[in-house]
Order: sequence, then C-alpha cells, then structure tokens
Amino acid sequence: MIHSIIQTILPFVLPVLYGVIIVAVFPLMAGYIVLLERKVMADMQARLGPMRVGPHGLLQPLADAFKLMLKEDIIPEKADWFLFWVAPVMSVTMALLAFAALPIGPAFQIADINVGLLFILAISSLGIYGIVLGGWASNSHYSLLGALRSAAQLVSYETAAGLGLVSALLLAGSLSMKEIVQAQADQGVWFIAVVPVGFFIYFVGSIAETNRAPFDLPEAESELVAGYMTEYSGFRWALYFLAEYANMVVVGAIATTLFLGGWLRPYPSIHQHLLRTSVEMLDALPSLLFLAVALYSLKLVPRQPVKIQKLVMLMVAGLCTLLAAVMAAALFAPDPVKAGIHGAFWFLAKVGAYVYAFLWVRFTFPRYRFDQLMRLGWRFLIPLALVNVIVVGSALLVQQNWGWKHPVVSAIVTTLIMLGVALFLAYDDEKHETAIQATGGE
Amino acid sequence: MTDQPTNGSSEVTTTVLGADEIILNMGPQHPSTHGVLRVKLKLDGERVVESECVIGYLHRGVEKIAEHRSYQQFAPYVDRMDYVAAVSNGLGYCEAVEKLLAAEAPPRARVVRTILTELQRIASHLLWLGTHALDIGALTPVFYCFREREEILKIFEKYCGARLTTHAFRIGGLQYETYDGFEHDVKRFCDDFAGKVDEYETLLTENRIWVGRTKGIGILSTEDAIALGVTGPVLRASGKKWDIRKAAPYAAYDQYEFDIPTRPTGDTYDRYVVRMEEMRQSRRICLQAIENIPSSPIMAKVGKVLKPPPGEVYHAIEAPKGELGYYIVSDGTTQPYRVRVRPPSFINLQAFDKMARGSLVADVVAIIGTIDIVLGEVDR
Repeated sequence: MIHSIIQTILPFVLPVLYGVIIVAVFPLMAGYIVLLERKVMADMQARLGPMRVGPHGLLQPLADAFKLMLKEDIIPEKADWFLFWVAPVMSVTMALLAFAALPIGPAFQIADINVGLLFILAISSLGIYGIVLGGWASNSHYSLLGALRSAAQLVSYETAAGLGLVSALLLAGSLSMKEIVQAQADQGVWFIAVVPVGFFIYFVGSIAETNRAPFDLPEAESELVAGYMTEYSGFRWALYFLAEYANMVVVGAIATTLFLGGWLRPYPSIHQHLLRTSVEMLDALPSLLFLAVALYSLKLVPRQPVKIQKLVMLMVAGLCTLLAAVMAAALFAPDPVKAGIHGAFWFLAKVGAYVYAFLWVRFTFPRYRFDQLMRLGWRFLIPLALVNVIVVGSALLVQQNWGWKHPVVSAIVTTLIMLGVALFLAYDDEKHETAIQATGGE
Repeated sequence: MTDQPTNGSSEVTTTVLGADEIILNMGPQHPSTHGVLRVKLKLDGERVVESECVIGYLHRGVEKIAEHRSYQQFAPYVDRMDYVAAVSNGLGYCEAVEKLLAAEAPPRARVVRTILTELQRIASHLLWLGTHALDIGALTPVFYCFREREEILKIFEKYCGARLTTHAFRIGGLQYETYDGFEHDVKRFCDDFAGKVDEYETLLTENRIWVGRTKGIGILSTEDAIALGVTGPVLRASGKKWDIRKAAPYAAYDQYEFDIPTRPTGDTYDRYVVRMEEMRQSRRICLQAIENIPSSPIMAKVGKVLKPPPGEVYHAIEAPKGELGYYIVSDGTTQPYRVRVRPPSFINLQAFDKMARGSLVADVVAIIGTIDIVLGEVDR
C-alpha cells in the first residue's frame, strides 16, 4: 500500500522541488536583474548607479523588496476591487508558470512537455490579460490608454515573434524544448547561425512583447505616467514588476533554447582534452570566469571606504571562488550531475547575454510612437517573418528532397535573400511614409 | 484607433461602443510637463482634438514684488523666473535699468557679461536637450548633457558663488572681478564642448526613431509664428531669421562674429537642429570673447542709491528661450512704479495648441519639450 503510494508520488517529488525553487528564488533573481539593469544603465550614462546599500549597491534589491512590502496598500475608490486585485496576480502567475517547461540545463526542468514551446507561448500570452484587466480596473485614463496600447501591441508583435520562431522550429522538427536543443547538438550548429533573420525578428518581437524600450508604450513614463500601472503601488506594483522581469527571462530562455543552443557550451562538438586528463578544455571556461570575477573583487577590496563594505566584497570574492570550485568539481562528477551543472551555467549565461542586449537597446534608443510601432510590426516585421518561413522552408526542402549537401551555402544564400527582402520592405515602407506625408494625413 | 470611417459604418461603431472623446488631464503633476504645467487634452482615441494649457500653478507675483523693492533689491528676484537661465534674466534686467539711468556698463563688464550669458545659453539648451530626449524616450543623453552643464555651473560657482540663481551682474556692471583662471576654464570648456555636441548628435540626429518622432511633428508656419509672437529658436526654426543679438545688439555682441541658424519647416526636428547649432555658435562667441577681455573698471558710476528719472523703458535681450523683455516705469523714486516682464516661455507656449491639434498623445509630450518652457517664467 505505502509502497504504491510512494510509487505514485515519486515522479512528482523532483518537479515540485524545482517548482518551489523557481518560485522562491526567482523574485530574488529578478531583484538582482534590476540591480544589474541599473548598473548597466549607470555604466552607459557615465555615472555609478546604486552605491549606498551594501558595497556597490549589492544589497539594494533587498532594501527595495522590504520597502515595497511595507508600503501602504492602496486601492482607488472607484476601481473595480476584484479585478484590481486579481490582475497583477494573474500577470505574475502566468509569467512564472511559463518557467515550468523551460529546460535550464539538461537536468533542471519541471516538465518536458512534447509541445513545450506552444505551452510557453500560450501561457506567456495569457499574461497580457493581467495588463489589460489591471489597466481597465484602475478606472483611470492613463491606465486605460496603457492597457489599450498594450493589447494592440501584444497582438501584433506576438505574431511576428511567433513567426520568427517558426524558422527555428522548421530546423529542429520538434516542439519539445529538450529536443530542440538536442537537434542543435546533433546538427553541430546553433540555429542563430542558420537563420539569423529569424533570430532578429524574434529579438525585436520579444522586446515589444515584454514592453521594454523602445517599445515600452504601455507604460511610457513620459507620456502615460506609468501606463497600466499608474494606480498601482506597493506590493501589487512589485508583482507587475516581477512579472515584467520574469517575462524578460522567459523570452530570453526561449531565444536561448531555439537559437543560441540552449545549455550547450560554445563549440559543443570540439572535444580537445586538457593535458591527457578526462577533462575537456572548454569545460574549464566557467571556472576560469568565476575565478576572474573573484580576483577582480579581491582587487576592489582595499578601495572600499567602510569596513563592512570590505567584508562584503570579500564575501563576494569568496562566493565566486566557491562557484569556481563547484564548477571545477562538477567536471569530475558523474555525467548527469556534471552536464546538469555546466548546462545550467551556460544556459543562464546565454539568457544573461540576451537580457543584457535588451538593456543595451533600452538605453540607446528613443521610444517609438504608437502608430510607428504598429507600422513597424505590420509593414515590416510580419511580412519579413512570413517570407523568412517560406525561404527557410524551401531551403530545407531542397536539402532533404534533392540531396543538396552544403548546409553552409544554403544558410548563407537564405540569409542574403532575407537581407534583400528586409531592404526591400524598408524601402517600400519609406516610400509609403513619404506618400502619406505628401498627402498630409492618414 | 483612429481609422477613417468607411462607407457609413462609423456611425454604427460609435453608437455601439460609445466611443466618445475623453478629456485627459496632463499635469500639473506629470513626468514630462516640465514643472507644473497642466494641459487639458480632448482626445479622440489617442488623437488630440483640442488642447488647453492651464497655467498659474507657480505664480509668485514677481512683477508685483518689484514695486516694493528698490532697483537693486529686485535684481535677485529675476533669477527665479527662468531658473535654468538665471544669468540671462539678470542681464536683461540690469541692462534695462541701466538704460533707464542712461548709464552704460564699462567694456570689460560687457564682455564678461557676454561670456557668462553665452555659457548660460549653452547650459539652458543642454537642459532642454536632455529633458526633451528623455520625454521622447531616450534615457541616456540627459546624463551626458548634465555632465557638460555641470562644467558651466562650476564656472558660475567659481565666479559668483552660486550655481543656479546666480545674481551674477549688478546694475552698472559687475560686482566681482573675474577669478584667476577664468579664461582658462572657459577656454577648456569650449575646447571640449565641440566634440561633446557631436556626441549628442551621434545619439540622436540620424537615429531613425528620433527622426520619426520629431520630423513633421508640431509644425508651426512662419506666419503663425509671427502672428503668435513666438520668438527665439522656435521662431528661427520656422524660417524667420530674427535674433536680437544681431537686430539690436546689446552687451558686447556687436564685436563678435556668429551665425543665426534657421530652418525652413518649423517642426520639432528643425527646432532640435536649430538649438544644436546655437550651442555651437555660443561656443564660437565665447571663444572670440575670451581671447580679448579689455581691461577697464567693472562698475560704471551709478551711485549707491538708484533714482532713475521718471520715464519708461523697454529693453529686450535674446534669452535662450526667446525675446526676454523688461518694461520698467519709473516715477523718480528708488522703487520702480511698474515692472512688466515679457517672458519668452509664456508667449511661446501660446503656440502649443496650434502645434498639438491633430497629433497623438506621444507627440504632445514632444511638443511641450520642443517649446522649451520653464514654468517659473511662464507663471512668474
């Protein structure tokens, strides 16, 4: 009896554990992504960023979290109480739910669904309800405008982003997140090298989908104050914030899985060994990276003005050394553990790079106007994505049916064709725009 | 959102959805109304049908205060009108009173005044550029602009001890002699600054999004601009070559060579280009002036107690935002009988509705930014 109960429960233990880890750890991670964002922003803007709480502001996320939790909980009198309450919860639930199907390394995945990608896309597009309902329930003009913008924007850019993903799906031949990575391992190439235009479309589409600048119209600060979040404060506001950053990680993870080789390390097919040991040379990279960060932190220790800051900096250095040691030790562990730890490292590193690119774009470009955003989506990205699917599909057809054996050549040719199409679309759009301006109106 | 109605179906849609116009109150607390401007927008979807600027939230009765202060006592008050270009305000007031007294500042004072005012123009334009870009969503230029503005404020601080509300000039000249190394500081700033303007331009001028957000937005024709009494960069971007520094030279402007940039169409992009070029021209004036500061006393003999003869005077200068005029009536006592300020921000703001009608909410923000208003000056 007990045996059979254990038998029934056992398959759920690990996924539940993973789920708890994600729900418990991610909010903290989001806090540190915010800190990273502020630091990157400061770096680009010739200033230091948060420096007060902890050395180099390392404890800032905790301070922010405490502040937000302790704030007064305000629900505007004329707001729809229930929807106002439910909307941010919905947003954050959907964002975190999408993590269920993400493979963070070959071992760490809650559920390997055979339609994993579809599941993630479906769930993350449900998150938009949180925004629309929140904007509507606030009963404020700014919120309403933000919600309307967001609905229109999400519908158009989800189409483009989805079509961008299709090109990689064609190459992988599967919707399961694990098998997509496996396909890249088997073919020995990250799909970004085969369909760079698809990646580009998804990149732009995903910025718009996560409401990040230059597509941050639903919350455009200088126009709509805070868009759909205008009436929100305190912890509810924090939930929206959390959802936004969770979505950023989710789209980063999708792009990593489909285009950037998932948890594979760079050059997965090169197996150069280190000094005749069983360790592969490239596997030592993570350890070296952490060691470098540790050394850099050590170098910064004497420059800290206060003793406690020196101590925390030392702790950071120690932590990095520890991580380096873990990464090194994992090399000698049995294979599932080794692959799991190293896979997770590479996966997170790639997601980090993707998110960094988001920040970079955000601090470089001005914001689109609403009609321009729509034009870019419908007149440029969606046609480009459609043609991309056709071109990539034809190339695959040629390879599979007629035995064309030069994938590099076909990748280059398809990319060139796509660049041509992009130029044509841009030219056409320009012509259209000048025609509109000449007639003086819509 | 704002699709044109086709074959009569629009009637059905409007009745079913009740798609009425909504009134959106922008401000007085809003991130991009540059202070406490309140704009009432009547919106059809996101398109502006009608707009109305509501002002007065920062009214401090500056002109009334003037009637109860002596001429010298009132001088610091004018710094608080356009508080991002305090030096220019001070120059206008001091010269107006000097005109009333029929006194003239000595040559050295006039050259130093010119240098400081031109630096102030650069600082004011930098602040405009930063906030304007911020309104349009470019988060980074504002910090670059503040970095350079800081250098100018440091020069002010070294010169007169204050950074923002400087009260740098006195009626009749200057109170302070320039500090040691003044020329060097100004020269070093000017040398660095040329590259810095190019740096801002690489971020914005040819950026597709920036051009898309500013070209063709908030067009103000030459006729409208003149009819509305618009002055300064806004007027020049509408194609009218009018600059008081050339038209009725004051301080030491007649001694220096500089161009007046103009642009033909009068849209937001043109105003941007004009102001960028003005910063370069201001730098040019500073460089010429710093080469040769004549040595002379810095104060004219105007006496301790100012008692201008009864009469009235109007004196205008080219402030960073446009024509800043002071109309002063004297009744022969130590206090002005009436002071009336012609603030460029206030009058340029009247063109807002003309520019904003038919544009989108996002453009409204760009248009408020492009007029370059300071509410302290609008409301006084």
